[in-house]
Amino acid sequence: MSSKPRTLYEKIWDAHVVDRRDDGTCLIYIDRHLVHEVTSPQAFEGLRVSGRKVRRPDLTLAVPDHNLPTTARVDASGKRLPIADMESAQQLAALEVNAPEFGIRYIDATAPEQGIVHVVGPEQGFSLPGTTIVCGDSHTSAHGGLGALAFGIGTSEVEHVLATQTLLLKRSKTMEIRVDGMLGYGVTPKDVVLAIIGKIGAAGGTGYVVEYTGEVIRAMSVEGRLTVSNMSIEAGARAGLIAPDETVYAYLEGRPMAPKGENWDKAVAWWRTLPTDPGAHYDEVVTLDGSSIAPSLTWGTSPEDVVPITGSVPDPMSFADPAKQVAAQKSLDYMGLKAGTRMQDVPVEHIFIGSCTNSRIEDLRSAAEVVKGRKIAGGIRQALIVPGSGLVKRQAEAEGLDRIFTEAGFEWREPGCSMCLAMNPDKVPPGERCASTSNRNFVGRQGPGARTHLVSPAMAAAAAVTGHFADVRDLMGNH
Amino acid sequence: MEPIKTVEGRAYPLGRKNIDTDVIIPAHYLKTITRSGLGKGAFETIRAEPGNVFDDPEYQGAPIIIAGDNFGCGSSREHAAWALNDMGVTAVIAPSFSDIFSGNAFKNGIVAVVLPQEAVDRLLEVAKTDPITVDLEHNMVTTPFQDRFAFELDPFRRDCLLNGTDEIGLTLAADSRIAAYERTLANERPWLAA
Repeated sequence: MSSKPRTLYEKIWDAHVVDRRDDGTCLIYIDRHLVHEVTSPQAFEGLRVSGRKVRRPDLTLAVPDHNLPTTARVDASGKRLPIADMESAQQLAALEVNAPEFGIRYIDATAPEQGIVHVVGPEQGFSLPGTTIVCGDSHTSAHGGLGALAFGIGTSEVEHVLATQTLLLKRSKTMEIRVDGMLGYGVTPKDVVLAIIGKIGAAGGTGYVVEYTGEVIRAMSVEGRLTVSNMSIEAGARAGLIAPDETVYAYLEGRPMAPKGENWDKAVAWWRTLPTDPGAHYDEVVTLDGSSIAPSLTWGTSPEDVVPITGSVPDPMSFADPAKQVAAQKSLDYMGLKAGTRMQDVPVEHIFIGSCTNSRIEDLRSAAEVVKGRKIAGGIRQALIVPGSGLVKRQAEAEGLDRIFTEAGFEWREPGCSMCLAMNPDKVPPGERCASTSNRNFVGRQGPGARTHLVSPAMAAAAAVTGHFADVRDLMGNH
Repeated sequence: MEPIKTVEGRAYPLGRKNIDTDVIIPAHYLKTITRSGLGKGAFETIRAEPGNVFDDPEYQGAPIIIAGDNFGCGSSREHAAWALNDMGVTAVIAPSFSDIFSGNAFKNGIVAVVLPQEAVDRLLEVAKTDPITVDLEHNMVTTPFQDRFAFELDPFRRDCLLNGTDEIGLTLAADSRIAAYERTLANERPWLAA
């Protein structure tokens, strides 16, 4: 069958259309559904009230992550410790009841495989290229790093997927974001995605599914690709995608839930047909030169507020858009910053290395490389390392990374979402400043009044050991 | 879902861009296991500002919010739509919305009306003194001053809102097609079954 050249997105979309309505709305099949404790209780309750079942419990995987404290979960005798916050405990208890009641696989809060849902999915081989993946969490876009069409949904849609294994959707527009060239020394995937959001803006991707291409993306590990795709939503995109390749297959092969034997060979053969055809059309194309990207950070309260570490706090009046001028001034007031201050002169009190954006083994290695042989600076009140999963934690411990961190003065915690959104006890106090490897610098995101600057793990480590934002390249020596 | 044909009344002239769902409802309110009662936490950080529109008696109980670009960006939390429902808001007018929020709004009977910035600016002025009408049957926003701003709404979503359709029921009616797709899938991509 000859057909016109298609993009990766169009191929995945076409392979999942169950039904098409006259108005263009399609019923799309969902291959993988991840469930966590915050956005699911009302969906299960909805099923219960209407007497509906979960259509494909075998394609659904539940794991708690948002509410869990990152302190010890079992006592010395191995007995589970209760969660002090009653509402958090209640939400966890609801998932512990709902998962078995509806026959869904459940990873317990104390299991070694527990972790942030977007770290667990790829790690277990549950998330696969060419699949449709949803979760009641906007950072589901992360799984696009494996070449899956993955996106966040609301609780009503969670209920819809549980009941029908489908969603009613309209096809998005396509945007190619090509990052050519090579990254400079000390520049990481986090800096790349911050540069992208800085360029296209927090609404630049609205209505689009973005495909990341170019030499810089191709050279990235799976961990790096997950970081980039994770933050697609911060540019407003419905989803991010990176074409699957040998790097992805090598990462997935042998993972517990990945296909085995003959099924593996069939899967890889199909995955190889997915990359965008030569000559396929994107509705929009954006290009960046990888060699011009510096280690970066945010200064304001939108992820689009990005500057290189060599830069300064911008003057609100320097923005052309009057609405942005007002927003920037509000941001500076909230952040306690003055226009013109060099970013490297801004002191920091809190360090958070974790979240579904940057809590994988490579992230911890990258931070440890900077921290090794150093101590956290005197002005730092709290420095947390929160591995993305129990398996990441074990791997890091096997490599001795935990000791590098604890000897420097960091706290080595249990896996979860933690200080990324402050639903658990890990919070930044009002008016205090955090160098955070998470994905959102929104007002109040890390706790009421908290001031968040988004950075890479290496840059967070640099801030930890100097007490202010610092150019990680100056700390890395002649490697 | 209740059918909805028009939304008429005063409007909160918020006017800011990039209102994220953490601002609409902060994370510490997400620990609930029900959909109700979230209005008390709605726009908490904005309500901490003196003279904010949400605590201005002029706009008490307004069913409409007028905002800037990219309303509802960020987290997928449907609690944002539930919070708006709880405070009695059934329409939001802005130059653009995040994809996830507009879906969540729709599922909860909230009309997300996209209008150009100039129209939004005009409505922000009118809202300070007078009511606004969002007419879903004619796809039109009107004011007592003869302003008429036509808007587009996805036809499927518009029908669902006008008729109060239960979307899951609609999809389950296509069950035989889903089953047929699953049979093909088991054959063509057998590795997907767990």
